[in-house]
Order: sequence, then structure tokens, then C-alpha cells
Amino acid sequence: MNAELFFTNLPALLIAMPLFGAFLTPIFGRFLPKIRDAWVILISFATSVVAQLLAAQVYINGYVMYVFGAAPGTSAIPIDSGGIPLRILFNIDAFGAFMLVSTAIVSFAVILHLTISQQKRSSLSEFYALYLLLVAGIFGMVSTGDMFNFFVFLEINSISASALIAYHRNGALAAEGALKYLIVNTVGGLMILFAIGLLYSQYNSLNMAIISQNISLTTLNLLTLVLFIAGLATKAGIVPFHLTTPDAYSVAPSGVTTLMIVASQAGLYGMFRILFSVYGGVFTSVIVGWIVIILGVLSMFIGVTMAIPQKDIKRLLSYHAISQTGYMLLGVGVALAVLGDVTLIDSFGNMAMKGGLFHIINHAMYKGLLFLTVGAVIYRTGVWDLNKMGGLGHKMKWTMIFFLIGALAIAGIPPFNGFASKLMIYESTFAFNPIIAIIAMVVSILTLASFMKVFHSVFMGPELLEYASVREVPRRMLASMAILAMFVIAFGFVPDLVVDMLITPVAESLFNQGQYIHSILGGGL
Amino acid sequence: MIGTLATGFGFWNPLMWIIVIVVAIFFSWLLWKLGETNYEGNIWQTAPYLSGNDEPEKEAIHIRAGNMYWGFTKALSVYYDHLIPLHSGIVSDYISWFLIGVVVLFMVVILV
Repeated sequence: MNAELFFTNLPALLIAMPLFGAFLTPIFGRFLPKIRDAWVILISFATSVVAQLLAAQVYINGYVMYVFGAAPGTSAIPIDSGGIPLRILFNIDAFGAFMLVSTAIVSFAVILHLTISQQKRSSLSEFYALYLLLVAGIFGMVSTGDMFNFFVFLEINSISASALIAYHRNGALAAEGALKYLIVNTVGGLMILFAIGLLYSQYNSLNMAIISQNISLTTLNLLTLVLFIAGLATKAGIVPFHLTTPDAYSVAPSGVTTLMIVASQAGLYGMFRILFSVYGGVFTSVIVGWIVIILGVLSMFIGVTMAIPQKDIKRLLSYHAISQTGYMLLGVGVALAVLGDVTLIDSFGNMAMKGGLFHIINHAMYKGLLFLTVGAVIYRTGVWDLNKMGGLGHKMKWTMIFFLIGALAIAGIPPFNGFASKLMIYESTFAFNPIIAIIAMVVSILTLASFMKVFHSVFMGPELLEYASVREVPRRMLASMAILAMFVIAFGFVPDLVVDMLITPVAESLFNQGQYIHSILGGGL
Repeated sequence: MIGTLATGFGFWNPLMWIIVIVVAIFFSWLLWKLGETNYEGNIWQTAPYLSGNDEPEKEAIHIRAGNMYWGFTKALSVYYDHLIPLHSGIVSDYISWFLIGVVVLFMVVILV
């Protein structure tokens, strides 16, 4: 294959490859079932490589603009279009590339886990096809520069996730959780579609850069903003729009829940993209920043306090996922609240933004690791109830070590990655408002307390008779956990490199709204 | 130095932290080595004293998740009595909360 052709068309391959894999998987399952799993792993690996290469291109060049259906060199804005980009555009800046990196790592680790944990289940071909569709949906959400395309990928994300939630757990609980997730996310999606319609009716374009260039802070556009925030908060599991999140996460196969963490972060990506790249130039007060901060504080506190009394281990982890999302909102919200003040941005806003963004990828790694380790425990014991577990550390030593790494990271214990991002959030938030920083630290202490309970009740204590036959999970599942554990440790050991190379360009791209607009309206391919 | 993260108000270096921990462990080990060397484990003197009762089987005394933090939830029962029912599992409640959230956000954005 011509290398230049390959590298030029990476954005198209990013979506085409998982879709191609998804539609071929049932055919492999029907005619060549023995190699189906290998095919799914191969296509997932190839998709992850494409995502990483594309992210590298973006980090080197600043952004990648791809015009679908146009020859290389064609402008994003046709001559006869009246200055409006008409074609389907992918506009991937550092923020999009950052999300690609996170999704690529987690999705590959997940497929290694799923191909073992689900191997005794039926209808696996369709299951893997849905997994690849979900990956395509996430990649599309973080790559597109078009509002309606964003909505389409959001729906692909929500529908495939709902189907995956319902897929493989006995009884009606999974179907119920999936149905709730589907209904609530459909309502959220409708709000987003309504908001997009309101913008389209005013600006005759669905392109984010065009809307961003022309938008003003009218009452109608404030309503539009609120609809975006509510719809995307539902996807991201932010309090008070989180209610379906624990119901869905707790019943899905653990590998699926892990991928849903990055799927929910694509919702968070959408929220930050709307807030900074579309509305960022017109905010005149700190109120929207404070709204994001308050949503963050509510998510942190309600998430962790709801986690503590849980007895279902996956439900407990789900509430912690909500709580950790609060940290991201807190960091980015502080940056948003001081957006118009250069002095405050330099003083602590920039650091708050970097901390919030760093926490996104850290959370994807350690929470993904925790869900995979819990999936390993459930795979061997078939038990979700914490009250029925105990002593598994005697038989599942590697799983225990991986869980401990994830637990220490989520609790913000040094030297793991969670500590570095939380430290950045604490210090910058303290300069903004000390009370909020103290709440964030208290939530971290409660998180540690909660994970001490989980670690003790699952892995510590004497060997229990009912688990006498339990043994360590197969190597491929251990490899999936090892991949995420490696990033948890690595990001914790060299936080400066991660912040300088991955996070700082993202913060700059969000602060610099003009750069985003120029990347599309200034030309493109 | 590799690993030094400047936070704007200070810095964090995990490698230095690990060195400090290793040194602390080393001194702890030195202290332990200075202790009694004639200690004998697994004899009647090391068994727990339970008012003359026999020690139960290990499996019977495993502290399970339900035994932990009940005091915390009990102390915050007023908070939990209000919070837990909000997570009713009823999808129409969830939609109601969604709509309430939208209205509240809109009112805040418009009025403040």
C-alpha cells in the first residue's frame, strides 16, 4: 500500500476499520468460527494503531482536517458554498487526539479481556460486532467537526452500548439496566438534537467552527447551551443526570463497562468542546464555569457517598466512576470560570485545566483496570455480592496486585497516576476557592476508605471453602489488566512528560478558540 | 529532573518519593533487626485469648463488607434516608430528574 495514501486517509480508516471489522465478524463467526476471536483482536489492534498514528500526526502538526468525499488538496470550503463547509469534515485537534489515545489503549485491553471472559457465551459474533460499533461511535464523536455527525456518532455509541449492556447476564436485570440506559440517553440525545436544530436554524450551518464564529449570547443560545450540557451530562454520568449510570454499568459484562468508561468520556469531550470551542468566545460571566464546578462537586460527593454503602461490587465501582468524573469537571470548570481573565488563567486556571484533562486519561486507565480486575473475580467466582466474597488473594495473586494498583491510583495515593492529576486539581482549585479544594480532598479520603473495604472484603481474610476451586484467570485476561496497570504506573512515574507532551497541547487547543475555527475555515486539506 | 511535575505552587517528584519510602523501609528494617531474636511463633503464648473460649475457625471470623462502615452510614442516616430513595430505579423518576435538572440549569443561566 502506498504509505502516503495510508497516512493521508487515517481519519477515514479510523471509522472504516472498526465498521468493516464489525460487519465481517458475523461472517467469520458463521463460516470460520475458529479464527473469529483472532480476527476481532486483530481488527481491534489495527484500529488502535490507526488511532495512535492519527493522534501522533495531530500532536506533530497541531491538527488534522479531513474532508470526506474530496480529493486530497480540496478546500474544506467549496468555492460556490458561500463560505460554508458543506462536506462531512473530521477536524481532529489535540483534544480529539488525546481522546483517541485513551480510547485506543482501553479498547484493545478490553477485547483481550472479553475474548476470554465471554468465550462460553452464545451469539459472540454479534456481541463483538456491537463492541466494534461502540468503538467506531466513540472515535467518531471525538473526531468530527460537524454537530449533526456528532449526534449520529453519539447515537451509535448509546445504542451499541445499550445492546452490549443487555447481552450477557442471566435474568432480567441486564435487560432492565440496558432499557433504562437507552431511554434516558435517548431523551438526552433528543435534547442535543433539539439544541443542534436551534443552532442550525440561526446560523444555517452544522459546522462547529462556523457556529462558533457567529454565535452570540442570546437567551435562545443559553437554552441551547443548557440542552447540550444536560444531554451530554447524561452520557457522561454527571449528577443529577447520572441516575441510569450505576444501573447500567453494574449489570453489563465487565469488559463492556470498561469500554463504557471511555464512551462516557466522549460525552464529557462533547461538553468541553461545546463550552470552549463553540461558546468559549462569548462568555461574559463566571456563571457557566460555576455551574460546571457545582456539577463537579455534586458528582464527587454524591458519587462517593453513594458508593460507600453498596454491596454489589460493580455498582460500587459505578458510583466511584461518577465521583471521579466530578474531579474532571472541577478542574475544567475552574478554568472556565476564569476564562476571560488572563492573569487568573496564568495563575491557576491553566493548571486547573491541565489537572482536569490529565484526570480524564488517568481515570480511563485506573477505572478500566478496576473494572477488568473485578470482571476477573466475577469470571472465576460468579459472585457480585461483596458480602459473599473473601480470601481470593490466596488464589488470584496477580488479579489482587492489579486491583491494588487501580485502587491506590483512584484514591490518589502516590506514586500512581491519580495522585498527580488530583494534586494539580487540589492546588489550582485551592487558589480559586479553598472550600471546594477541601471537599475534593475529603472525597479522596472517602474513596480510599471505600476501596479499603473492597480490597479487604474481596482479597483479604482466610481462604473460604466455597472458593477452594478458584484459580487465577487465563494469561490473556491478565495481559489486558497488565496493559492498563502499566499506564497507571507509567503516567504516575513521569507525570511531567505526560503533561508536557499530551495534556498541554490539549489545554492550549481548548483555550485558543480561534485556532479551532482557523483549522476549518482557514483551509484544510 | 525526570518526573518533576511543577504544579504552579510547588512540585511533585515520584522518584524522590520512592527514594524516601525506601530509606524509611530500610530504617524500619534496622529497628526490627535490633529487636529480640529469641521470639517463638505458633505456640500457646501467641494464641489469642478469648475469655477461655476456643478460637473459632478462620472461615467463621472473616470480616465481610457488611461489617464495615455501618457506623458511617448510621451516623449519616438523615443524609442517606433522603439520598438513596432518589436512586429509585424507576425510569420515569429518572426522566423527571433530567427535566428538573434542565429547568434549574436554565433558570440559573438566565437569572444569575
